[in-house]
Amino acid sequence: MLLIPCPYCGERPEIEFSYGGEAHVVRAPANATDAEWTAFLYQRSNARGSYAERWRHAHGCGRFFNARRNTVTDFFEQTYKIGEVPA
Amino acid sequence: MQKFSAFALAKEALSGQKGWDRQWRDAAPKPAYEAIIVGGGGHGLGTAYYLAKKHGLRNIAVLEKGWIGGGNTGRNTTIIRSNYLFDESAALYDHAVKLWEGLSADLNYNVMFSQRGVLMLSHNVHDEQVFKRHVHANRLNGVDNEWLSPEQAKSFCPPLNIGPGMRHAVTGAALQRRAGTARHDAVAWGYARAADALGVDIIQNCEVTGIDRDASGRISGVQTSRGAIATRRLGIVAAGNTSVLMAMAGQRMPLESYPLQALVSEPIKPIFPCVVMSNTIHAYISQSDKGELVIGAGTDAYISYSQRGALHISSHTLEAICELFPMFRRMRMLRNWGGIVDVTPDRSPIIARTDVPGLYVNCGWGTGGFKATPGSADLFAYTMAKDEPHRINAPFNLERFGAGRLIDEAAAAAVAH
Amino acid sequence: MTQTYRLATGGLIDRSRTVPFTFDGKAMTGHAGDTLASALLANGVHLVGRSFKYHRPRGIVSAGAEEPNALVGVGRDEGHYTPNLRATQVELYHGLRAESQNRMPSLERDVGSITDRLWRFFPAGFYYKTFMWPKGAWTKFFEPRIRAIAGLGRSPAAPDAARYAQIYAHCDVLVIGAGPAGLSAALTAAETGARVIICDEQAQFGGALLAEPGKSAWLAEQRARLAGFANITMLPRTIAFGYFPHNMIGLAQDLTDHQGEASDDAPRGRLWQVRARQVITATGAIERPLVFPDNDRPGIMLADAARTYVERYAVKPGNRAVVFTAHDDAYRAAVSLHRAGVAIAAIVDLRESPAGPGLDAARTAGLPVRTHATIIGTEGNLRVAAVSVATIGETKSERIACDLVLMSGGFTPSVHLFSQSRGKLAFDPALDAFIPGTPAEPTIAAGAAAGCQSLEAAIASGRAAGLSATGQAVAAPVAETGAAGFLGEVPHGRDPASVRAFVDFQNDVTAKDITLALSEGFRSIEHVKRYTTTGMATDQGKTSNMNALGIVSKSLGVAIPSIGTTTFRMPYTPIPFGYFAGYARGELVEPVRETPIHAWAAEHGAVFEDVSLWKRARYFPRGAETMHDAVARECAAVRAGVGLFDASTLGKIEITGPDAAEFLNRMYVNAWTKLKPGRLRYGILLREDGFIIDDGVVGRIADDRFHVTTTTGGAARVLNMMEDYLQTEFTDLKVWLTSTTEQYAVIAVQGPRARAVIAPLVEDADISAAAMPHMSVVECRVAGVPARLFRVSFTGELGFEINVPADYGRAVWEAVAQAGQAHGIVPYGTETMHVLRAEKGYIIVGQETDGTATPDDVGLTWAIGKAKPDFVGKRALARTALASQTDRKQLVGLLTADPAEVLEEGAHLVADPAQAVPMTMLGHVTSSYWSAALNRSIALAMVRNGRARIGQTLHVPLPGRSVAVTLTDPVFYDPEGARLDG
Repeated sequence: MLLIPCPYCGERPEIEFSYGGEAHVVRAPANATDAEWTAFLYQRSNARGSYAERWRHAHGCGRFFNARRNTVTDFFEQTYKIGEVPA
Repeated sequence: MQKFSAFALAKEALSGQKGWDRQWRDAAPKPAYEAIIVGGGGHGLGTAYYLAKKHGLRNIAVLEKGWIGGGNTGRNTTIIRSNYLFDESAALYDHAVKLWEGLSADLNYNVMFSQRGVLMLSHNVHDEQVFKRHVHANRLNGVDNEWLSPEQAKSFCPPLNIGPGMRHAVTGAALQRRAGTARHDAVAWGYARAADALGVDIIQNCEVTGIDRDASGRISGVQTSRGAIATRRLGIVAAGNTSVLMAMAGQRMPLESYPLQALVSEPIKPIFPCVVMSNTIHAYISQSDKGELVIGAGTDAYISYSQRGALHISSHTLEAICELFPMFRRMRMLRNWGGIVDVTPDRSPIIARTDVPGLYVNCGWGTGGFKATPGSADLFAYTMAKDEPHRINAPFNLERFGAGRLIDEAAAAAVAH
Repeated sequence: MTQTYRLATGGLIDRSRTVPFTFDGKAMTGHAGDTLASALLANGVHLVGRSFKYHRPRGIVSAGAEEPNALVGVGRDEGHYTPNLRATQVELYHGLRAESQNRMPSLERDVGSITDRLWRFFPAGFYYKTFMWPKGAWTKFFEPRIRAIAGLGRSPAAPDAARYAQIYAHCDVLVIGAGPAGLSAALTAAETGARVIICDEQAQFGGALLAEPGKSAWLAEQRARLAGFANITMLPRTIAFGYFPHNMIGLAQDLTDHQGEASDDAPRGRLWQVRARQVITATGAIERPLVFPDNDRPGIMLADAARTYVERYAVKPGNRAVVFTAHDDAYRAAVSLHRAGVAIAAIVDLRESPAGPGLDAARTAGLPVRTHATIIGTEGNLRVAAVSVATIGETKSERIACDLVLMSGGFTPSVHLFSQSRGKLAFDPALDAFIPGTPAEPTIAAGAAAGCQSLEAAIASGRAAGLSATGQAVAAPVAETGAAGFLGEVPHGRDPASVRAFVDFQNDVTAKDITLALSEGFRSIEHVKRYTTTGMATDQGKTSNMNALGIVSKSLGVAIPSIGTTTFRMPYTPIPFGYFAGYARGELVEPVRETPIHAWAAEHGAVFEDVSLWKRARYFPRGAETMHDAVARECAAVRAGVGLFDASTLGKIEITGPDAAEFLNRMYVNAWTKLKPGRLRYGILLREDGFIIDDGVVGRIADDRFHVTTTTGGAARVLNMMEDYLQTEFTDLKVWLTSTTEQYAVIAVQGPRARAVIAPLVEDADISAAAMPHMSVVECRVAGVPARLFRVSFTGELGFEINVPADYGRAVWEAVAQAGQAHGIVPYGTETMHVLRAEKGYIIVGQETDGTATPDDVGLTWAIGKAKPDFVGKRALARTALASQTDRKQLVGLLTADPAEVLEEGAHLVADPAQAVPMTMLGHVTSSYWSAALNRSIALAMVRNGRARIGQTLHVPLPGRSVAVTLTDPVFYDPEGARLDG
């Protein structure tokens, strides 16, 4: 069970959180091409190594936030609030 | 290829086991191949075997970054079944089951395909609706699957608890009698030995680090930890690492990779005659030939290549196992391990050509790829050899997502109301 | 039987307490403080089990968790029976019942041992090479026979009678292992004030020191100091079995096994999940067997284990011993046994010119030592009777009679947990062993686990670990004092084809099996392991893995570090499933959600169904009514009069804020801006890919306030999705979301007399048809309780849904039931609800839709707000490839030719029922019921291009027959909607 540093609440066990998938996937605009829209909907970097992802502290403050985690070691590099630019 | 048989065993017993050949050569990479398969699991080795056997290619290499069969092939709970709902899936998985039925003889390697039957438990009205939809669809597709009452399910699997007081009562079950299990390692080794006999180079400890394309954009070769190798036909069959490899060819995939765990108990005398699955409460159990209870758990919530899952995930599965089989509560967990599963948006696989000429991909099997091994390999070999999909794998293309033609087995079982 | 082999003095046993027990029905005694293994040895019993494959007679090899052979089933009855327990770990208790395993009919005479006589036919992997013919014979013939020989113990035959507990804990330092290093580490850390947890698998702290009478005073002092620290939690009988990410460690604490589970009221064991800032693994080392021909007979054991039986348990493991070693420690054992009265017939040392304090002591004691010598074979069936000793390289051997053989190939540090934590192992050539290298987590190894073999070094490394774990300076690195031993098969000069030198005792893997695997091309150590099964037995290779590596290394001429190890996996030793399942049993497996009206429904005979976590009343049978009868009656009552339905499980979300309407515009397909306060609208929610995920009625309570309902199963998913868009996508909107699912009870009153029933109960609102049209909402009081009263229908009849605070739910329900009595009101359940809505062609998300349906597929295009610039899923619906599909499945109604025929839900439709399998399926039945109102069956179906096929006949093939159906509009009842106004 991961120990996740919520930027609002501090370190909390993983069972308090829900996962939000890859971060910084920008929702394609309504006038996007079919290909652009398909890419937005389905294609992910699924990176091995440093990976930007979203979590929600669902059973805590309820907030979504972003994280950078190494997907090989599962160690968090940093977490940051929505809208913040990662360090 | 040296013939394996009871006679050969008896002969070697009397001559000190000195006459056995290597089951496959420890090949070094050649400068170029007609076709290269990346990934030495069952699907990849099988692809090479069928390319050589059915399509006449001779100059083939399988590149494996570690040891063959060391990925999900050697880490899964070996369940084989084909009672899928949608026509496309039923055709795909039943193609595999038919190949499983003759695989030991075909490979001259006992893969121990045991048609013990798979029971899928229903726990509520919605499960019943979904399973009966499967039973009806399967019958019309020529796939065996039948509905059992709780009492019939218990008589098929005596350790099953159907008594009162369960949080998730057993309200019935779907049974596929032709379904069962096989010996996972033997599948990798059997394909490796048979492919090697047809001249396929199986190259272990050879990690692909780059994919080369020529001026026209076509595949021209790969960079590896053992040097550059040229080819114009490249098949990626590297469950868990597909996104990483495809990125080397500039392709972003509709995939996410999650940890999936399994575990075994200590071995006991035969007690469990079949496979039991409960999707509703995430439990999958059978007993291996060695006597271990083999138990599959769910995936973790997050993307990871760590090949390990969290304790609360496997504990959740053991809660369900103990509830369904209360006499196993005192059995002990012997070994727990994790794999990496590629998951597509509709939980169905991709066996397809790509936008890059010469590049083919076989991935996205999620938690259930082992059962498809021979079928997947056969169809992928066809696709690579002919540069077009076989009728059975044509729907499992990359374009279906954009087109909204999902083959969504998981959603078909989803509950709302 | 008396304890013939019990020494007169010494040991940590309590001689004042004699403990009776049975083994295979034979009554014996031991003493408190014994393990089952030491008690058996005290009674002269060495033959304890049979091996996995060859069913070879086997004895006790070790004195601890590494035991491969002495596996027994223990338990007073089937509800307390556990197979495959190691006799070396089972604490003796009064009345313990143990039985041997894997033998038939008896341990002494086992028919399965036929495989031992035919061993030449069963090399590693033999089963891959045969049993392939004829097709199907594997499943039906060969496999059942192989399975019968395999397996070890047997499953308990009855449900477990025990209970289990679980706990989470946090600490600054977790020390695993309470031997000299662990004790030192814990005390050093505790001195700084750190919160320390120290656990050990044994009943007493002390580790290896428990077998060192000379150190008892030091040990007692350390234990006394531990007890003096309030910041130390001591957990004896607690195995650290798993190392999980971010320094979480799993511990399994035995609470009652050692008392024979005298009472089932107290938990049998407790699972600890400890999050530690620092972990110190002081997990010791395991002695290695030597691999020589027939090294597996009962009476052949590890040297340090034999010494432990003498010193800790005061048991003489034999009368005449031969010691075979490659490490100085075995001499210590020889001296110890010699003092206990065991004749030492010979000490055979593989080394050419050994030296060390142990050897010196043995020579002083006058023990016969042969160096540069080896054992080339042993004799004895159920107990070792003699060994043959030869000088290495020579064929002439000497036969030495004995009833005990001690062996030592040196020590393997227990790096299991360190390796599980993903720390990198380093190979120490001086020790011929892997030791902890670069850690991945905040973890430090100490003592024998880090390669320290002397007591002084272990204590010093423990102290250093304690300092380091609490952030203090460590003066100097601990000097290493250990010695290597021997890895692999010893030289014996015999024909390798004709001897069996066992590497993995339990799985019967011999040195020859490993070389066979190598010659067949299995080169990776993982392949060797899987092909031969070495290291895969219940001891997970604790005594065998390094010897297997040694054989591979020598055969391939590759150094061990280049081969690497197999992966260490959790658990360190087997842990009962019950520990993991913990409290989850029966209703505690998952929460049960009940509505405020649940108890009323139960009192009125409702039959419930599970819908996600909820219990919902499915129907209310009267007398001997079947579900069919009850549902027909309930349906008729609603259509003709009035019915009462508990809709409290519907998900509810309160959406407030100045931008609430705009938020809904962007989330749902519908247009919300023009919806007036006081009005309702049916909303459809898509995923971003354009497929329906949820639906529900939404009420506008005020300009800035909406009452949203969702499906029962979808409530949490929808709220999470809304929060996601609100927090991360539509961040410009001022909106607040609140889950109100459990705040409201929802009482549906449906039927032509619905208004008449509730009108007397309603205050502060005019609910006449004129004042309160269909699809409107008013805030008022019902039965004196503040309510949001919806006028809404999921039946096609005049209907109301009364939303009241949950605490008042039952009171209002009963008031409505009371008021309805005069009108013949009838409570109805979900089954009737389904029939009534199906008669009206209303879909259920998850039944008509399955995650691949668009609004158009189910005939809901009308709901889409086409003028809206955007909503979730809008762009996806416009994808050319999706929009241009002409063969999508569409919602239609079905009428069977025979009105009495009720189709089975899930049945499929075809054009030609006579076609060959696989048939071309055009769709499937999603809902199917007997309609009391229409006096015939009805069904809904999703059919390819279905709307264009309305009026056509299709067929539903069933086993042995086929049913013809006519496709119709999905609305079967009152298509004009005339009944909505009662």
